[in-house]
Amino acid sequence: MSASNREFDADVAVIGAGPAGIAAATRAAEAGARVVIVDESPNVGGQIWRHRPGAAAPTGAIRWLARLERSGARVLAESTVFDLHRDDRDGFVVAFERAGAPGELRARALVLATGARERFLPFPGWTIPGVIGVGGAQALLKAGASVRGKTIVIAGSGPLLLPVAASLVHAGAHLALVAEQAPARRVASFAVGLWRRPAALRDAVRYRAGFLRVPYRLGEWVTEARGASVLTSVVMTDGRSSRAIPCDLLCVGFGLVPNTELPRHVGCSIADGVVRVDDRQATSVQGVFCAGEPTGIGGVDLALVEGEIAGLCAAEQGGAASSPLRARRARLRRLAAEMDRAFALRDELRRLPTAETIVCRCEDVAYGALYRDWSPRQAKLYARAGMGACQGRVCGPALEFLLGWDGDAVIRAPVTPTLLGAMCGREGDAPSVARVPSQPGNRNAPMRDE
Amino acid sequence: MVGDLTSRHDAIVVGAGIVGAACAHALARDGLRVLLLDARYAAGGSTSAGMGHLVVMDDSSAQLALTRLSTELWRALARELPPAVEHEPCGTIWVASDESELDAVRAKHALCAREGIASEVLGPRELAMLEPQLRPGLAGGLLVPGDGVVYQPSATLWLIEQARESGATLREGVRVDRISDHAVHCGATVLRADVIVNAAGADAPRLTTALPIVPRKGHLAITDRHPGFVRHQLVELGYLASAHTMTTESVAFNVQPRATHQVLVGSSRELVGWDASLNRRILSRMLERAIAYMPALAALSVVRTWTGFRPATPDKLPLVGAWPETRGLWIAAGHEGLGITTSLGTARLIADLVAGREPPIDATPFAPTRAIAAATVH
Amino acid sequence: MADGPTAGIVMHVDGVAMHPGAGTSVAAAMLNAGTWGFRRSVRGEPRGPLCGMGICHECRVTIDGIAHRRACLVLVANGMRVETGGDGA
Repeated sequence: MSASNREFDADVAVIGAGPAGIAAATRAAEAGARVVIVDESPNVGGQIWRHRPGAAAPTGAIRWLARLERSGARVLAESTVFDLHRDDRDGFVVAFERAGAPGELRARALVLATGARERFLPFPGWTIPGVIGVGGAQALLKAGASVRGKTIVIAGSGPLLLPVAASLVHAGAHLALVAEQAPARRVASFAVGLWRRPAALRDAVRYRAGFLRVPYRLGEWVTEARGASVLTSVVMTDGRSSRAIPCDLLCVGFGLVPNTELPRHVGCSIADGVVRVDDRQATSVQGVFCAGEPTGIGGVDLALVEGEIAGLCAAEQGGAASSPLRARRARLRRLAAEMDRAFALRDELRRLPTAETIVCRCEDVAYGALYRDWSPRQAKLYARAGMGACQGRVCGPALEFLLGWDGDAVIRAPVTPTLLGAMCGREGDAPSVARVPSQPGNRNAPMRDE
Repeated sequence: MVGDLTSRHDAIVVGAGIVGAACAHALARDGLRVLLLDARYAAGGSTSAGMGHLVVMDDSSAQLALTRLSTELWRALARELPPAVEHEPCGTIWVASDESELDAVRAKHALCAREGIASEVLGPRELAMLEPQLRPGLAGGLLVPGDGVVYQPSATLWLIEQARESGATLREGVRVDRISDHAVHCGATVLRADVIVNAAGADAPRLTTALPIVPRKGHLAITDRHPGFVRHQLVELGYLASAHTMTTESVAFNVQPRATHQVLVGSSRELVGWDASLNRRILSRMLERAIAYMPALAALSVVRTWTGFRPATPDKLPLVGAWPETRGLWIAAGHEGLGITTSLGTARLIADLVAGREPPIDATPFAPTRAIAAATVH
Repeated sequence: MADGPTAGIVMHVDGVAMHPGAGTSVAAAMLNAGTWGFRRSVRGEPRGPLCGMGICHECRVTIDGIAHRRACLVLVANGMRVETGGDGA
């Protein structure tokens, strides 16, 4: 791989190619800045606009994607950012790994648009293959997975349940149930409040219409997943009685958690779990902007507005055309806050895991192994919770909900696990990134026919 | 927190790292009522940052004696250690990259033979068979089968548990501000005991200012699980030079298999005060050196990197023994990169010296008084 | 959903040939072929995709000799060799 494929120079580097990143990159490039946008997925779109390379993009994305393409911003897909730091000239260096080789992107300004991930909560059986996220189901579906004829239960919380339910039905699944843990009165009063927001209301109605014949139960949640090597049924409860539902897939997710790892790594100040930004989407670090979910969960429309503002400001065009954007942002943030309150997680969810339930999946740490008066640092050290490959991204939010632990650990490179060779600037050629030969100790035992 | 400690203790150990924990254990087993204190939490300092290597090291005859005693003590404990301690008797291979290093290997082998330490010289073919991921063209190595690896945070907790079973008390979150004759001071509270042990590692000079201990920073990287990739702890002979000289910075090839099948990659040394931030340049150099010895390391997935501070002394030996300037005070600190290994030997020395018994090895080279003698006017 | 043999991609998972459509992720292709266990946890339990977006690392498989690749982030390619069951205790 030649140097020209590995080293990039830009005025603005955008990290994350979801709606916020796409909007930021587009506006910055249209304003004349040299822009490079980086994402670890094979294609741009993030989660909600995910689509296969060459396939049709989701409707809402088409115009923005066309605009991105026209803007001249350069897209680096399949590129995993593992380090981010200042260079010696007040700019930044983004270190990434792509196709086994390291790459470097230098930029004067950064827009961090790293999106959000799902909050998973542990309950007995949640590690059985066949239990996937709600956003996870959407992602896998869009990546080509077939759910035709599969019996599916969706259980969890938040507005994401609706579009995913509609997608799964559209894809030919037999959706047995959609269960929202928030109590009926809270969700109902939120829904009633939507008359003030016709666009959101239209969306909600449209999604619900997509799975009209499927029961959408409020105040219900999953307590157990059953099966040996693969899921066979789930147990649902409403707090009074329980019932088992046979199914092939359980889609479970309890809201969204902002991906603040890169912002924290580069030193951005965080408050209440989100990146603090000012009116220009600027963080506490000079030259670093942040847009979309990491500044507060708020959905695609808010992400787009914040992205536009961040892109313009990063390209130093912040004064131009941003007042209507700012007003829109304010309205959308208010809606996001209302959603937060409506779908807050109930206390019963804290009592789902037993002492045997795995809470850290990467290291197989059971709930009972974590003493309550341990700090998160002690838990990592003594029980290894959070020391595995996901670097605490799954168990962190779970333990925060269960035990009140706050995840403010220092984030060091690699911010995502990456190849050792990439971390020291090694090329991906034959001798250095050598294939690990199979050997007796390798322990790869095929999983088939369990 | 300290308010409830009204009962008298025979011994107070300051610092619940592995050295303090081992001392508390040894003293408690001798029948002393021991109080173990830590400003934060057990194993929270240098202990948790290290490699957990149990190794015989021959930089000096005193170091050899202490590490050899210690590895024997670890081997004797092996059967008692629970799975969480992840004790692996994987041995060490000192890797020789050329003929002159192979000569050094032979000299080490002769020394081990004289000292009754099992070791075996490996030629290039044997080396390749034992560790197929090492690059071709190396000259050979020295296998020391009695060495091993532990997960040292768990080992520390286990030692503390054993100490508790013999009546010791652990109090975390208690910061000692000052040590005086037969006493430690924690804020307004004074705790008294006949025996005070300063086992505060790199922080020991805060309490006993004349201790010549400085923080020597190291980097480590740990990979995801890759079973069978490496079987022994592998160290290049140049590691000794790196550990020996107190130059500004150095890296050395040092790779270790963990019971979890993760590969731990080190090592680096630099003197930069207490700056714990990751130094990309040094990390890069360290990883490059490791790849030079094991090319396929480049394809492993790194999950985490971190830094830590070794408590380093000018003569590479720890300070273990009485500190006459303060009555009742004993020092057990300054173990540089050998704290995990020599925790047990150190504890044995301290317990014997406190009890007035003849220790199993000569304790004079470790006498803290040598620091007073050597100290120049500041 | 597989686009059929005309898409021209042949990959092997644990030695078994598959013909996923172009643009499918390795994870999706494996799920479509009925493989739900991708790896073994520390205690030896079967695990498969959870988050679908590269966060949870539960979908890790060995691809073309490189271990711990997240199957949900990698597109299928002709001639690709995937091995499951890695990791584990």
